[in-house]
Amino acid sequence: MTNPITPLPRLYPGMHLGETDPETHKAAEESVFGFWVFLMSDAVLFALLFAVYETLVRHTAGGPGAAQLFHLKSTLIETLVLLTSSFTFGMASLIMKFKRHIRMLQFVLILTLILGLAFLGFEINDFAKLTRSGAVPQSSAFLSAFYVLVSTHFLHVLSGCIWLVVMVIQLSAFGLDEMVKTRLLRLGIFWHFLDIVWIFIFTFVYLLEML
Amino acid sequence: METGMNLGRELRDYVIGMVMALILTGTAFALIVKNDWPIRTRFIAIVICAILQLLVHFRYFLHIDLKKSHRDDLQLILFSGFIIALMVGGMLWVVFNENMRMM
Repeated sequence: MTNPITPLPRLYPGMHLGETDPETHKAAEESVFGFWVFLMSDAVLFALLFAVYETLVRHTAGGPGAAQLFHLKSTLIETLVLLTSSFTFGMASLIMKFKRHIRMLQFVLILTLILGLAFLGFEINDFAKLTRSGAVPQSSAFLSAFYVLVSTHFLHVLSGCIWLVVMVIQLSAFGLDEMVKTRLLRLGIFWHFLDIVWIFIFTFVYLLEML
Repeated sequence: METGMNLGRELRDYVIGMVMALILTGTAFALIVKNDWPIRTRFIAIVICAILQLLVHFRYFLHIDLKKSHRDDLQLILFSGFIIALMVGGMLWVVFNENMRMM
């Protein structure tokens, strides 16, 4: 038995269940660490897509450049929506850890899902506007790099949304057992990671090109 | 109660993180609208905002800190950071050099 007095080791970064559920805390160690290894390789992928974007951003092939195409307002809305969803996921993690109230947890996860879908909706709207004005991926190296980077992030958020749906269903089916808890821990890290990638997208892809 | 206190502390962390992230995001966007500063100053300020926001998200949302007990993971993140710096730095260096020679 784990002695609840001695603090449990913290062997990975991220939300820890700690004393609230020592068994799952131990079980989560390996799977969450493995997930961190995956996320870091994903971070390398994104970093290189950013580097590609930076090298190609001036190569507009006579077409429109970043300053003419991007709009501050939609970027700001997307940023705030995704940031808020990161916060609501944090609330979901706290409910999972301390309250263990399944209905409340599902409500906050669905709230996060709605914010995630709203973010995707705003991005689809952006892409549609770009396409209507003739800014398609094949029109210049700059736009190819832009679409590859931003839609890779888009697909990550989309898979995060699918994962959220699966977790809401699993909470109904299995309740808050060890498996569901460790999956929610990993989804939380994934969701916060995507928001961090977005910080760099709005800074390097949008803002700095609007200066 | 111990658990209640921990909940309060962790909730406070998320709120602090959210407020700091909002301030940094707002500053970065405001710097685009503010036209009377030189571009170079605003460029550097926006990059600093992004790096600070990265650290805020790491600390308050992902709970990454410098505590000794999980140094292994810190090493994983630092090593990945090092790899990224090598590959991105090397790529930008080589490609921009090539661009310059082709002018």
